[in-house]
Amino acid sequence: MTKTIAQKIWDQHVVVAGEGEPDLLYVDLHLVHEVTSPQAFESLRLANRPVRRPDLTIATMDHDVPTRGGRPAADEIAERQMSALESNCRREGIALYGMGHARQGIVHVIGPELGLTQPGLLIVCGDSHTSTHGAFGALAFGIGTSEVEHVLATQCLRQRRPKTMAVTVEGALPLGVTAKDVALGIIARIGVDGGRGHVIEYRGSTIRELSMEGRMTVCNMTIEAGARAGMVAPDETTFAYVKGRPHAPADQRWDEAIRQWKTLATDADAQFDQEVSIDATRLEPYVTWGTNPGQSVPVSGSVPNPASETDERALTYMALEPGTAMEAIAIDRVFIGSCTNARLEDLRLAATVVRGHSVHPKVRAMVVPGSVSVKRQAEAEGLDAVFRQAGFEWRDAGCSMCLGMNPDILGPGERCASTSNRNFEGRQGSGGRTHLVSPPMAAAAAIAGHLVDVREFSNVPSPSGGG
Amino acid sequence: MEPCTRVTGVLAPLDRANVDTDQIIPKQFLKRIERSGYGPFLFYDWRRAGNFILDQPAYRGAAVLVTGANFGCGSSREHAAWSLLDAGFRAVIAPSYGDIFKSNSFRSGLLPVELPESQVAELIRLATEKPGMEITVDLTSQHIRAGGFETAFATDPFYRECLLNGWDEVALTLRQEGEIARYESTRPAWLPISR
Repeated sequence: MTKTIAQKIWDQHVVVAGEGEPDLLYVDLHLVHEVTSPQAFESLRLANRPVRRPDLTIATMDHDVPTRGGRPAADEIAERQMSALESNCRREGIALYGMGHARQGIVHVIGPELGLTQPGLLIVCGDSHTSTHGAFGALAFGIGTSEVEHVLATQCLRQRRPKTMAVTVEGALPLGVTAKDVALGIIARIGVDGGRGHVIEYRGSTIRELSMEGRMTVCNMTIEAGARAGMVAPDETTFAYVKGRPHAPADQRWDEAIRQWKTLATDADAQFDQEVSIDATRLEPYVTWGTNPGQSVPVSGSVPNPASETDERALTYMALEPGTAMEAIAIDRVFIGSCTNARLEDLRLAATVVRGHSVHPKVRAMVVPGSVSVKRQAEAEGLDAVFRQAGFEWRDAGCSMCLGMNPDILGPGERCASTSNRNFEGRQGSGGRTHLVSPPMAAAAAIAGHLVDVREFSNVPSPSGGG
Repeated sequence: MEPCTRVTGVLAPLDRANVDTDQIIPKQFLKRIERSGYGPFLFYDWRRAGNFILDQPAYRGAAVLVTGANFGCGSSREHAAWSLLDAGFRAVIAPSYGDIFKSNSFRSGLLPVELPESQVAELIRLATEKPGMEITVDLTSQHIRAGGFETAFATDPFYRECLLNGWDEVALTLRQEGEIARYESTRPAWLPISR
């Protein structure tokens, strides 16, 4: 029988086939963070159940962490949550990349950096953006706290087999168009619930040409189309990224791994439940105008007429009038960061635009690297100096203003160009207004003081990579 | 988990689509390390803005929420299901749900019922026109009755059993220790470990 990659990986992880019930699947890697785990650990403790495989589990602090000043965090409740993770990890023998660790960072940034994220794995985390790891040809999806508890106790998860969707993107990306725009373009096309119940496989020449960082950006945003998992078949780009990382297989084990990884392709005549094709040559830099990631237009466009009550609500919240040119929208804040767009390549793309310019006097702009490693590498390349000299704040690693669980939040009515993944009402701070964009577009907006087409800038980064 | 067999109570309408979990429970309330106490923060920003429909006296103490498509999309926070439960809701009725929210609901004892758009629209109309109207959602017979409205609904048979019996899914899986250990013994040696 012919199979898609998702089906192959699924079948390889079935511990007990459901027969009318959900399948019981084995989890290769469980990523844990401070916000969605304390209740899971507490339930285990009360039931006197140990963590079955601490050696297949890692933990990091990312959601709550302050991005300056270190610990103890000024927020006592956040500090208590971080302390809880520390004591839980200590008790259960789980490796913790806590604040102050040289490898600390956003869970979806450090998994790949450590070489723990590998093709063919089944990866879960109590975070919806776990889809990011699918960029490596892993089957990776977000779970809730009850499932976190279940995985900690059993290393397994009960799941119904999802449907499959192929999203094929063909053609060369035009100048100024990045992986983020590919993701926003796909969501604009299929809608915020277009992927519900499906695993998406991203295919086609555009995806193949993306770097691992770019593929991670696309897979990261999969959940914003409603699909729990998105994936890309592993290839030489994938293998080159993984090779030599701290937890990558070495020597003879590398050869064994490669042999296995090369089987992870969708069979030629495998059937998908749904197929969507995107012409990359027609993509433009996208900007969201509303309060969900599907409400976007090319930056050259204008705020659309509302087509539904949802649209009307969004326009009211965003304080926008239909017909307003997107480029005429002034901004107060810029956030370059998040598990979507805070990897080295993202910072390079943004820095390319920033170099030689200054942040607009009315704009407060910040860069929050995805991990301590990203921060150190960026500093080694002098990117921090580029940002600082232009007037950006250069912060410590964490989720930061993507979800505003730490002090990095928008004030009521503040408008932000953000490289994050969600423009939901209040996401970045109660009453805050978010416009999702790529890193070069965020950088350009910081300089211009309003949303602006990065292609109008003299130093537009070439679209070879991610962003 | 508390068993959930039949829910009878006031039906509250929230006529919005794509209600994300950030709206259900904003992030500033995710710092607690307990499973309870989230009820007062349910739909916090919408409530604070005033004139929120669920704050009308007739809907206070409602047990069932009827709402638009793709309810609970976005963040995986199970706190969304916990906050609905903590505020007294035992079932939600919508045309569709975010996948993770639906899974979280089943696993924390909140019944997510899926009905066609037209039936959801009818229930929203009824609940709006007759504030305080009671509804019965019977998971045993998979039947809904509210005033003159009646319909059958389907639920995933596995999660239906779990809800009806209040089963601890971890305990169920731990009974399959033999199969899990057997699977583990077949995993290749090159697979990564975290330390």
